[in-house]
Amino acid sequence: MTEAKKEYDDIPGTFVFDQERSRQGYGINAFCMTLLKDENRKAFRANESAYLDQFSLTPEQKDSILQRQWNRMLELGGNIYFTAKLGATDGLSFQQVAAKMTGSTQEEYAAMMLAGGRNPNGNRSKSEWEKR
Amino acid sequence: MARIVAGVCSSHVPAIGAAIDLGKTQEPYWTRVFSGFEESKRWIEELKPDVCIVVFNDHATAFSMDFVPTFALGCASEFPPADEGWGPRPVPVVKGHPKLAAHIAQSVILDEFDLTIVNKMEVDHGLTVPLNLMFGSPKEWPCPVIPLAVNVVLFPPPTGKRCFNLGRAIRKAVESYPEDLKVVIFGTGGMSHQISGPRAGFINSEFDKNFLDALATDPQKAIDIRHVEYMREAGAEGIEMVMWLVMRGALDDDVKEVRRFYTVPASNTAVGHLILENVG
Repeated sequence: MTEAKKEYDDIPGTFVFDQERSRQGYGINAFCMTLLKDENRKAFRANESAYLDQFSLTPEQKDSILQRQWNRMLELGGNIYFTAKLGATDGLSFQQVAAKMTGSTQEEYAAMMLAGGRNPNGNRSKSEWEKR
Repeated sequence: MARIVAGVCSSHVPAIGAAIDLGKTQEPYWTRVFSGFEESKRWIEELKPDVCIVVFNDHATAFSMDFVPTFALGCASEFPPADEGWGPRPVPVVKGHPKLAAHIAQSVILDEFDLTIVNKMEVDHGLTVPLNLMFGSPKEWPCPVIPLAVNVVLFPPPTGKRCFNLGRAIRKAVESYPEDLKVVIFGTGGMSHQISGPRAGFINSEFDKNFLDALATDPQKAIDIRHVEYMREAGAEGIEMVMWLVMRGALDDDVKEVRRFYTVPASNTAVGHLILENVG
């Protein structure tokens, strides 16, 4: 394992949206922002790939959007409040998007939340995840 | 003169707004959440504030990544509800208080807090859900609202200490406003939650309860929490709780806790609520 570059890099399963990521993901977030308008949501649905070509996206970023790889979008600089608008365009709630990012079904995720959510114990540091 | 009489803290979970808008408030899942605010609604109805200052965060609605103001004060005469992707929430337009807002902006900036001034802004669930929780779903909101948007989306947000001190400066500004106005300040967002990445669903009730205790009786403890600790212990999005410190800074050192409520979950989030009154 390489040494943590930033103090918060040690938090497992988390993509902290700092300025480095914001710079990298500007195109993803600029695209998501346009989905606040219904006419844009319609245009996007009509031809996703062509719509995305209006934005400055790397092939990996464009792919992650087309394939709805919710974690990958964050890793490539997307922010959850922006990508949630893509979720909304797909008719998904925040919770449904969250469930996808954890690799569980909506039912499993909702049940975990009802039982008190993901426990802090074992989920504070990357070293704890590596032991699993 | 104007004075801040109380502070209200509340989560702003979007699903709470959706439950209201889709008529689900009577479902057991949601009555558990809304029941925690029944007494609070009566409290604020009796208090009848003239103005509410609502410290909130925008969720990529008014602010894209083009401009990211750390603190932005809403000085407009009205703030329409925004379309967040599901269509605008069917809630009343939020009426501002441009005169008091301008006074606060001037006072606070000369007090060395470099606010961004906002003359046009649509507001999302971050602002309207706490209003619903405290005021229900009226035809018009009962009083003008001054929104203060805090960046908690792009890391780093302002520190807890900076937020607290801004609260102090806001109080000073309000108290130098000549008109007799009863002002309530809201701190919104939180409590522990993470909605992004494989660790989504993270909740830490112990952290939250300690935070509520600290706000009520020992704010310095909450001020001292570092960003990495919020993210590690309260979830990546739990860092929103710094906004509660603006509210706390605007109150007396010693306050009376008149209401507290905590429940898990509302959707992805621990819901916390606190009402603190100035006694002096």
